[in-house]
Parts: sequence; structure tokens; C-alpha cells
Amino acid sequence: MLFTSFEFVAFLACVLVLYYLIPVRFQWILLLVANVFFYACSGLYGLLFMGVTIVTSYAAARIMSAVQYHMDDTVKAHKEVWSKQERKAYKQQIKRKKRMIFIGCLLVNLGILAVLKYTNFAIANVNGIAALFTGRHSIARVNLVLPLGISFYTFQTMGYVIDVYRGKAEAEKNIFKMALFTSFFPQLIQGPISRFGELSQTLYAPHRFDFRTVWFGLERVLWGYFKKLVIADRIVVAVNAIVGQPDIYSGFYVFCGMLFYAAELYADFTGGIDITIGIAQMFGIQLAENFERPYFSKNIAEYWRRWHITMGTWFKDYLFYPLSASMPVLSMSTFCRRHFGAAAGRRIPVYFVTLVVWFATGIWHGASWNFIVWGLLNAVVILLSQECRPLYEKFHAHFPGIQKKYAYRIFQVVRTVLLMSSLRMLDCYRNVGLTFKMFGTMFTDWNMTAAMKGLLQLGLTAADYAVVAVAVVLVLCVSLKQRRGSIRERLYERTAAVQYLVVFALLFAILIFGAYGIGYDANQFIYNQF
Amino acid sequence: MEQLIEILKELHPDVDYENCTTLITDKILDSFDMITIIAEVHNRFDVVIPADELGPENFNSARALYALITRLEDE
Repeated sequence: MLFTSFEFVAFLACVLVLYYLIPVRFQWILLLVANVFFYACSGLYGLLFMGVTIVTSYAAARIMSAVQYHMDDTVKAHKEVWSKQERKAYKQQIKRKKRMIFIGCLLVNLGILAVLKYTNFAIANVNGIAALFTGRHSIARVNLVLPLGISFYTFQTMGYVIDVYRGKAEAEKNIFKMALFTSFFPQLIQGPISRFGELSQTLYAPHRFDFRTVWFGLERVLWGYFKKLVIADRIVVAVNAIVGQPDIYSGFYVFCGMLFYAAELYADFTGGIDITIGIAQMFGIQLAENFERPYFSKNIAEYWRRWHITMGTWFKDYLFYPLSASMPVLSMSTFCRRHFGAAAGRRIPVYFVTLVVWFATGIWHGASWNFIVWGLLNAVVILLSQECRPLYEKFHAHFPGIQKKYAYRIFQVVRTVLLMSSLRMLDCYRNVGLTFKMFGTMFTDWNMTAAMKGLLQLGLTAADYAVVAVAVVLVLCVSLKQRRGSIRERLYERTAAVQYLVVFALLFAILIFGAYGIGYDANQFIYNQF
Repeated sequence: MEQLIEILKELHPDVDYENCTTLITDKILDSFDMITIIAEVHNRFDVVIPADELGPENFNSARALYALITRLEDE
């Protein structure tokens, strides 16, 4: 059931009405039932895997919590009796027990994700290597269907298990509440990846009807649909035409395709998240923000702090930090400093950890070399820009005040957009080699005049381009306004007539200019497939 | 505490570690420094700083970092 389908809108309306009609203590149960229905619509097969994740995570968290309480009680009871060494030895023993449960749970759940998502990728690589030596493919692909949202709910649930293991979160006692946390339907398919400590309180709490909250949620949902249906689902036609026929469309077309895809991805993903957060808000539930106007970033590191924020912080807290503090990396740091000097000793472990994290980020996005190379290129750009810091500092010392100039700020933003857009080309073309080749044609095959005429043969009319252009400018203006605080708050201070006018204008814009309807194949959200 | 200041001074000799309380928030220490600090604390204090303690609350000042090391030594 796609967010952009009429079935989903009807389903949402029914759940919302029921939610505010039933006694508040049953609201979380209704949400759980809605989650099961929503998920079952995509096939009962997925429910099985989600069930395994819920049961194993619930059990692991409960056992780890019980072990921790038992340890605390025992330590307290033996406070006067045990020496410091005895207490440390006992704690170490208990920690080992907890670690075994934790690793078992992690292996089961990441194992499910790995098998379902990466088996065919592994087979393809093994076949590729075998073909080099034997000239034929030896292993047949297996027919595995990836359950809806598995990458997102696995990461969210593993985050909870890690928090309980670290003693940062309490284990949930009610398995059905745990199931609700794992399966909350608005965020199931493309995030944000919530933390148990933040989401659980608002998710399980009773929510009485509050017009302002529901209205704000509705406004955000409409804004999300506007971005998705008016921009993303319209411009995707041109993107598909350009990347689908690389023999025909090179040079300037590739440049246009790159920018079109940047607009599509932004509108698609931020639009989807607006819908998700808006729906949750209509239920009175506060989800974590996933974007903070990322295309306004001054550099790529800042961009990654503002784009898909919850995924970035997940990788930082649950992979970057643990890896940085792991014994092999600490030993590497000591070894490198002793043998290669302080400068190399500082850098090599961070390079290693950064590359591992970005490799994981890449492969999390998809089982293909395109995503792996994309992840690693991000790491390279981030590390290069960190290495170039002394150069930038010298430049800024030479030109004091340039950073405050508006033109320089625009230059930085354009640089970030072009850099990120060119890396994102790896999403589009069918393999890495072709992506680099097409990127190269932007510098060698620049027939702008012919290509400008050809843009009208990509499946979009001049009117389509005009609609997209106006919508993009509107999104840009809204983003600029957002820097001074919530637009919805300011709008709410205006008269009711103005508020209704804005909401109806948005609704009609979606109905008139949105790419949807009978015979039109509304596109899945890009991040659904991750 | 002197031993810790020594580690920190090796990274950034000019910083006033006795008084600075914004080592992370002011980006004086970056991820390069963090790994070096954790490795050196492990070597010299025989303490492993766990991943969930790598926040600004423990790394914003030498005093906070020293308190963390003392706590971990005691655990």
C-alpha cells in the first residue's frame, strides 16, 4: 500500500477517526492493529521476518536487563565482602554473558537482513570471479523477496537492543508495545530510524484530539505529497529516459539528468519523510526530524549532518564510535604512531574507520557495487576535505571576511549540490563503469543547443518542465523561510481564512499538477527499495 | 591528571586544558584526536573507554575526561 495510493489515504482516514473515538488507553493497540494490517497488505511473508525480529529483540533485551539487575543486586549485597578485584572479576563475567546474548540477537537479525538482501549480490560476485577462470556462471540466483522496510526496522530495533545492552534504555516489558515500536506504519518503509528512548514515550502515551496538532500534521502531509507528486513523480520521467538510454543521451543530457535526479531524490525522500512525520503528528506522535535543508550545506560533511540525519547518527553511535573504541583500532593507532610518526598515527585509524562506516552505509542502501563505490567516494571526499582544512584556513586568512559574503556562501552551496549530485549518479546508471563513463561525457560531449531541444523528447512537455521549475522555486522559497522558524506556526497566527486558503491551494496544486491517477503508475518512494 | 594533560598537550600544545570546557563543542578535538586519546588512555591508564561514553559530556574538558577515567578504573 503506497503512501500515494487512494487505498492508503482511505486507510489513514479510517485509523485516524477511530484513534480519536476510542478510549485513549486503547490507542496504542489500535495503532498496532493498523500496523499489522498495513504490513500484511504487502504480503504475509514479511510479517514472519518482522515477527522473528520482534521476538528475538524482546527476549534478548529482557534477558540482558534481568542479568544486569541481578548483577547490580549481587554487587550491592557483597559490597562489604568483596575486594575491588573480586567485584571487577564478577562484573566482567556478567558482561561476557550479556555480550553473548547481545551478539546472538545481532547475528540473527542482521543475518536475516544479510541473507535476504545480499545473497544474490554475493552469488553474482562469485559467478563473476568464476567466469574469469572457467568462462561460465556456476551458481544460480535464488528467488528471495526483500520484506518491506526490513533495512529500516532492523536498524531501529537493533538500536534499541544496543541501547539496552549499554544500559542506556530500559527493556520494554510488554512484547506488543515492542511490536508497535518496531512496526509503526508511517515510518516503516523509509524511516526516520527512531531511538527507543525518544519514540516509546510518545508512541505509547494517550493522545486526546487537539485541532492544532492534527492541522499541523495535515499541512505537513500535504506539503510532502506536493513534493512527491508534483516534483519527484513528474521529473522522474526525464531522469529515466536519460539514464535508461546512455547511448543516446550523453554530455549535456547527463548534466541535466544529474540535476533532475538531485531534485527528484530530494523531493521524493524529504516529501516521504514530511508525509511520515505529518501522519505521526496527526496521531499526536512526535518523530525525529530527518532533514535540515541539506542542500544549503557549506560542505559534504555538513551535508551528511543534515541529510537522512537519523541514519547518519545511527551509523555514528552504533558503528563509528564502537569501531573507533575497539581494541584492533586502538592497537592500530598505537602501532602507527610508534612506527610511522604522530601524523600518520592520528590519520590511519580514522581513515580506516571512516572507510568501513561508509562502506556499510553504501551497502545498506543497496546490494550493488554502485552503492558501495558511492559510499566509499563519500568517505574519500569527507577525508580529503578534512585534510584540506589547513589550506582553507590559509585561504580564509588571506581573504578575511570572504566567508560572510553572500556570493561566497552561494558558491559553497552550489559546490555541495554539484558534488553530491555527481556522486548520486551512481544511483542511476546500471553499473559503476557506465556511471564514470557518462560522468566523463559531461566534459567531452557538450552540445548544449541540440540537447536543449532534445529535452522535450524525454517524455515531458514544456508545461511539465514549467510546473517542476515553479514547484522547485516554491520549495526553495519555503526552505529559505524555514530558516527563521516554523512556517506553520507563523501561518497559524494568521486568520482562519488565510490558513484555509493556503491548505486548499496546496491541495488543489496537488490535484491539478500532481502526477497520479488512473492509468498513471504512481512511483514507489526511492528509499522504499533500501 | 598530569598524565592526561600530557596526552592532550601532545595533540594540541597551545590549548589551555586546565580551563577549557568546550573541547568538542568548539571542535578543538576532532575524530582524529578522539581515537588517539582513547588509545593513549588505554596504554597509560589501562582503561578502555566504551563507545557510549564518547560524547561531549566526557570529552569537553580535561577534568570531565579525568572523572570518566577514574570512574572506569573504579568499575
